[in-house]
Amino acid sequence: MSHPEVSTSNSDNQGPVVLEIQNLNKNFGGLRAVKDFNKTIRKGELVGLIGPNGAGKTTVFNLITGLYTVSSGSILFNGKNLVGLQPFEITKLGIARTFQNIRLFPNLSVLDNVRIAYHTHAGYGFFDAVLHSQHYQAKEKELTERAQEFLGVFNLQDRQGEIARNLPYGEQRRLEIARALAAEPQLLLLDEPAAGMNPKEVANLMELIHFIRERFNLTILLIEHQMRVVMGVCEWITVMDFGEVIARGTPEEIQNNPVVIEAYLGRGAAVLSKQLSEKRSNAA
Amino acid sequence: MKTIPRSTLLFFGVYLLITIVVQALISLQLLTVFWSKLLLFGAVMAIVSLGLNLIYGFNGQFSLGQWGFYAIGAYAAADVTFRWTQQGSASGLVILLLAVTLAGLAFWGVGWLLRRVPGLDPLSSFALYLAGVILAVMAAVAIGRPLIEPVTSALALLPSNLALQIVFFLAVLLSGVLAAEISYLFGLPVLTLGSDYFGIATLGFTIIVKVLLDNSDTILGFEEMKGARGMIGIPQATTWLWVTIFLLVILVATRNLLHSSHGRAIISVREDELAAKAMGIDVASQKILTFVIGSLYAGLAGALYAHINGFLHPNTFNFIKSFDPMIIVVFGGLGSVSGTVVVSFIWILVLEGFLRQWLPEGFENWRFVVYPLLLIIMMLLRPSGLMGGFELPYLRQILPPLRKNVKAESTAEAQGD
Repeated sequence: MSHPEVSTSNSDNQGPVVLEIQNLNKNFGGLRAVKDFNKTIRKGELVGLIGPNGAGKTTVFNLITGLYTVSSGSILFNGKNLVGLQPFEITKLGIARTFQNIRLFPNLSVLDNVRIAYHTHAGYGFFDAVLHSQHYQAKEKELTERAQEFLGVFNLQDRQGEIARNLPYGEQRRLEIARALAAEPQLLLLDEPAAGMNPKEVANLMELIHFIRERFNLTILLIEHQMRVVMGVCEWITVMDFGEVIARGTPEEIQNNPVVIEAYLGRGAAVLSKQLSEKRSNAA
Repeated sequence: MKTIPRSTLLFFGVYLLITIVVQALISLQLLTVFWSKLLLFGAVMAIVSLGLNLIYGFNGQFSLGQWGFYAIGAYAAADVTFRWTQQGSASGLVILLLAVTLAGLAFWGVGWLLRRVPGLDPLSSFALYLAGVILAVMAAVAIGRPLIEPVTSALALLPSNLALQIVFFLAVLLSGVLAAEISYLFGLPVLTLGSDYFGIATLGFTIIVKVLLDNSDTILGFEEMKGARGMIGIPQATTWLWVTIFLLVILVATRNLLHSSHGRAIISVREDELAAKAMGIDVASQKILTFVIGSLYAGLAGALYAHINGFLHPNTFNFIKSFDPMIIVVFGGLGSVSGTVVVSFIWILVLEGFLRQWLPEGFENWRFVVYPLLLIIMMLLRPSGLMGGFELPYLRQILPPLRKNVKAESTAEAQGD
C-alpha cells in the first residue's frame, strides 16, 4: 500500500482514544471486503469515511457494531476489544449507529421507537412488567418522560403518536438519529445520513450533526457520499477504495489528493485535475 | 389513592358481566351441554391463540409448534388427574411437581454455567441443557417415590371435591410450566434458524408429539394414555368459571407485558431484527422468552381442554389442526389481542356449532369446504384481520400526554423540513 499518508500531527485534539481499529480484515469467501484497516479516533472527533460504492465503508460499520464477524484484527473501544461480542453487547458499551437505508421500527409510534432504545436502561424486571407494579409505573413514567424530552430536542414531540413509517423522509432520518442517541452512546456511527435528501434537508442535517455533537458530547464516525456534507462537517477524512485506506487527512488535503480523485473519477480525471491546478497556480 | 382509569373499569365490568350471564345460563340449563362446552372450547382456543399471537403476531416468528405444546399440556394434566381419580394416587402430581421444579433449577444452573463459558455453539449448549433435564427428571422420580404415599393420604383428608379441584388446578399450572420448559429446550437450537425454517422445524415438533402420543402406551410407557385408542376416564373438571379465570389472568398478563419495555423489545424483533440488535436488544433471548410464554399459554389451554370432555385422542393433536390457531391469529389481526379472543369464540361457535347444526345430517364434512372458502374470501376482503387492528380501550396502548415544556428546549437547527 503505497499511498501518501498525510501527517495528522497538527491535530489540536489530544483527547483519549475512543476507538482504535488495528489491522482489521473481513473476507467474504474469496473477496477481501476490508484489508488491513487501521483507524484511531479520539474523543470528540468528527471523522468522515468516504470512498466509491463497494469500497467497504459499511462493512467497517458492520464489523464495529458486531453485525459481521471479524476475520482478523482487533477493534478496541475505550480499551475493550469488541471482537466476538454480540451486537447488543456492543451497543450497551456505548456505540450506536444509523443505517444506510433507514431502519426504523416502521409500525410503531415515534415515541416507542425511542423508548425501545431505552430498554437496556429500563430498570425493571419481567415480573414487574407483568404485574404492572409500583416500581414499573415509576420507572416507565421516568423512561417515557426522558423519551419525550428527547423527541423535543429533535423537534419531533408533536409526532410522538405518529406511526414511524408515515413520517416524511427527513423526519424519519431525524428519528433514526434520535433513536440511536437514546441508547446513550459515546460513539455514534452515521451511515449515509444525507442519502436521498434534498438540499434544504441536507443543510438541516449538517446543523443537526453539529448540534448533537456539542450537546451529547459525542464522537462521530460518518459515512457519506455527498461531498458537501463531508467537507462541511468532518474534521478528518479517511478515504477507502477496494477495502483499503487510500488516503487520510483534513477535508482540504483530501480534496486535492490525486489518489482520491483517481479513485472516484479515474486516472484521466486525476491528470486533468492536476493540470487544472497547475494552470491555476501559474496564473496566480 | 390513584383513580382507576375508566377503560380498566369498563373492561373488568364487562368481563365480569359476561362471565356471570353465561354462568347463569349454564346453571339454569338454558344452554345445552353441547353449547356450553363449545363456549369452554372457545375460551381454551382463545388462550392457545393468544400464545401464538405473541410468538407470531408480536415477535414475528412463524410457529406451527403451538399445537404440540397444547397436546403436551393436555396429556400431562390428564395423566395427573386420571391417576388421582381413577387410581386414588397423587403419583402424577408429585412426580410432575418435582420434575418441573428440578428441571427449572437445572435450566438455571446450566444457564449460570454457560454464562461463564461464553461462545459455546447452540447445539452444545442444547446438549448440556438436555443432560441437565434428564438428570432432573431422574432425580424427581427418585425423590418423589417415597413422597407419593404421604401426599396422597394428606390430600385424601380433604373433602373429595375440594381435593379434586386442588389436584386439577395444580395439574393445569404444572402442565403449562412443563410445556414452557420443553419449549425452552426445543427453542434453544431451533430459534437460531431464520423465520421460515423455524416454521418447518416447529411443524416437525408437532408431528413428533402426535406420533409419540399415538404410541404413548408402548414407547412412552404410560399405560393409562392408551395410545391411539384414546385416553378415557379423565375427570370433567373444567368449568366456565375456571376457563374465565385463566383467560382473564392471561389477558391481563399479556396486556401488561406488551405495554412494558419488555413488550416493546419483543415487538422490535418483529419490526426489524437488525435495528433491534443495533439498539441493544438481545434478539435471541427475546425470541426464546416469547416462545416460552406462548408455549406456557398453549400448555395451560391444553390442560383445560383435556378436562372438558374427559376424553383425549391423538387425532385431536394432528398437525393439520395446528393451523387452526394460526388462522385465528391471522383472522383476528396479527398483533391484536381483542381480535384473537373474539375470533377464537367465533371460530369455535361457527365451525363446531352453527355449521354442525345448520348443515343437514351427513353434511358435516362440508364444513371443510365452507371454511376454506371463508378463508379465501376473508383474505381478499380484509387482509388486516376481521377486527382490522381494533383493540379494546383497556388493551390499547395509551399515549402519554405531551409535555409542553420541552418545546422551549428544541433547537432552531432541528426545525423544519
